Amino acid sequence: MLNKNIYLILIISFVFAISFWIGFNVNLLPAEASINAPIYDELFKILFIIGLIIFIGMTIAVIYSLFKFRKRNDQIGDGIALEGNLSLEIVWTIIPSIIVLLIGLYSYNIYDRMGGMKELNHNHEMMSSNTEKIWAGISQTSDNEIAINNLSIEVSAMQFAFLFNYPKGNFISGELHVPVDQKVSMKMESKDVIHAFWVPEFRIKQDIIPGQPTILNFTPTKVGKYPIICAELCGPYHGGMRASIIVEEVSDYNEWFNKNKKPEVNL
Amino acid sequence: MTISIDPQKTNNESLQPKGWLRYFSFSLDHKVIGIQYLVCGFLFYLIGGTLASAIRIELASPMSDFMPRDVYNQVLTLHGTIMIFLWIVPVVNGAFGNYLIPFYVGARDMAFPRLNAVAFWLIPPSGLMLVASYFVEGAAQAGWTAYPPLSITTPQSGQIIWILSVLLLGGSSIFGGINFIATIIKLRRPGLKLMQLPMYCWAMLGTSLLVVLSTPVLAGTLILLSFDIIAHTGFFNPVLGGNVVVYQHLFWFYSHPAVYIMVLPAFGLVSEILPVHARKPLFGYTTMVFSIMGIVVLGLVVWAHHMFTSGTPPWMRLFFTIATAFIAVPTGIKFFNWVATLWGGKISINSAMLFSCGFIINFVFGGITGVALAQVPFDIHVHDTYFVVAHFHYIVYGGTVFIIFSSIYHWFPKVTGKMLNEKLGILHFIITFIGFNLCFAPQHWLGLNGMPRRVAEYDPQFQFVNQISSLGALLMAISTIPFLINVFLSVRNGKDAGDNPWNALTPEWLTSSPPPVENWEGEAPLVEEPYGYGKEISEQK
Repeated sequence: MLNKNIYLILIISFVFAISFWIGFNVNLLPAEASINAPIYDELFKILFIIGLIIFIGMTIAVIYSLFKFRKRNDQIGDGIALEGNLSLEIVWTIIPSIIVLLIGLYSYNIYDRMGGMKELNHNHEMMSSNTEKIWAGISQTSDNEIAINNLSIEVSAMQFAFLFNYPKGNFISGELHVPVDQKVSMKMESKDVIHAFWVPEFRIKQDIIPGQPTILNFTPTKVGKYPIICAELCGPYHGGMRASIIVEEVSDYNEWFNKNKKPEVNL
Repeated sequence: MTISIDPQKTNNESLQPKGWLRYFSFSLDHKVIGIQYLVCGFLFYLIGGTLASAIRIELASPMSDFMPRDVYNQVLTLHGTIMIFLWIVPVVNGAFGNYLIPFYVGARDMAFPRLNAVAFWLIPPSGLMLVASYFVEGAAQAGWTAYPPLSITTPQSGQIIWILSVLLLGGSSIFGGINFIATIIKLRRPGLKLMQLPMYCWAMLGTSLLVVLSTPVLAGTLILLSFDIIAHTGFFNPVLGGNVVVYQHLFWFYSHPAVYIMVLPAFGLVSEILPVHARKPLFGYTTMVFSIMGIVVLGLVVWAHHMFTSGTPPWMRLFFTIATAFIAVPTGIKFFNWVATLWGGKISINSAMLFSCGFIINFVFGGITGVALAQVPFDIHVHDTYFVVAHFHYIVYGGTVFIIFSSIYHWFPKVTGKMLNEKLGILHFIITFIGFNLCFAPQHWLGLNGMPRRVAEYDPQFQFVNQISSLGALLMAISTIPFLINVFLSVRNGKDAGDNPWNALTPEWLTSSPPPVENWEGEAPLVEEPYGYGKEISEQK
């Protein structure tokens, strides 16, 4: 009996060890280029390790049972008439419940750190009316002061392109240029069908919905050029609906901005 | 309710065709209808599989070069619709439900045999109509989710035929659901208690409740959508003041439970198969029943996890995260119980057992990615990517389709009186298992790294992994060949099975194989312990 327990403990520690090793050494994710990305990757790592432990454990249990309890040629009759075990049932109800609850609370914490749990306050007075309902994406800003310092951009999506309107510079660009380490606040609206704004390196995604503006805020942290991908089926050229986001040093960004800026039109 | 149909008279034998012709007739025999569902579903599986192969050929190269882009969208729409509504739902519910439920409750037929035949005969015309819509003006191309406004703005005839077809299939499903509930509750043999029923009855009871509660919502939604298309109403059309997100709520109110309509019957079937081949009682019968009902209740309140990026309020995201993640608890209980059923058994390693164990491994994997996807912050990155595609194929193919094959190996001797060839069966399992995992496991990585779903073209850096996936798809296509050869050879020349080749204790095996029209020559046997393996007494009844 003692031997059996030792083997069990050995196997369980092996499963844990290999899961942790894979979890810490195998990277399945693209580069981290926004404030959200490292937070996301932290959650991913935890879920990956827990998932590996459960998956490897269950797979070993199934394969071991098939091997150990396979019917030998000389055997007749049935297995043991074991119909259940209440304490086991309680154990494997309560432990998964606790794990699931902890994961839920942890992901709530992650989501909060991403800014997803902040109620959207109506700091968009510059838009047509206060009654206009804007639906929240992640990374909400509740602080008005920060909101003013944000770079605000209006995104319109259509079959099959994104257009980025820089209201302060009074121009429209097909490429999204943003300065590094500065919060960007986007109001997004679709001209035709549903699209989605996805930057894998930023770990953010938000649907762009016709007749229903959505908000998406993010802060890029790494200079570079990243793809903007439409993730919602929008028609035949859906796969080709791409744009680029170019994260630049502030000076480079300002140079680009001033080159494209148009003078205010006086009516 | 009283049982107005005398089961003895439901099959007026002189009027019913005999032999293979009865499978093409308006037969009222639940066993004939079950086989009709199965064969019809399998033919559509071959069509849906051909479409899947077309998708994987297109995705073997980064450019859109195999078929026109709009045809690609039609292909993926038809693939999803056919696999869900014409293969998995009719087969795990209609085929096995019709064949097995009357045996399990000790009845000679279903409660409403004519409704049953109507439910089946709605399927072939609506399926053919759906496939034929390609030749009208092109099939529907808005995906199986048919989100407006895309579904309103794409060519109309295809979308309207799609709606009509799904409405008919939904109707068929509702008829079936009502029939199963009535049969399980009302047609039980005197003396047979609910808690003595084989687990598949409980699974079908739960599934049918979901069907009856949620399918009408889908029907209503699609009727409104068709008004928007034909009559230019504005329910979901933003140009006319409609709201596109409302459609998503209504659609997923059915279509999330639809996942349980596809997997709960599979949970029931595997609960029948494992005890027989492991020679052990089903572990934890009572908790299995309660976990099915727990999944039914939770399954109705998780739909908005498909909409985390649509723009939903934070509290709603939080609620649906917790509710979704908690489905893992009753589901986990079932998996632990199945492994405990294997533990200490005398396991025959045959095709049915291998496919069932393949199901456990694949489904656990799909379940784990499912719990991850339930977390809002996790989902926001991978929503609408190949990660999701991989996840749900692990559930519906690695889960349900593996169980469909396992069930075919298990019940083929019952239906035909012949055994399937074991060597070909094990070959079928090995190719399917390797092909399936090769096809779908790499897709998780694709999704995490930036490949959205439903695209005909992608970045060149994803080509190698996509080609591995396509190779897996090729193996999956090849795996049907040994299966089909096996079925055709065994129907003609298979080894005689005898009445009960597995020495099983569930009631369908306590009659001849194939069974007589009235199911039993005499009175239906009372099976109080359908899983009484390892006990001496039970077999005499």
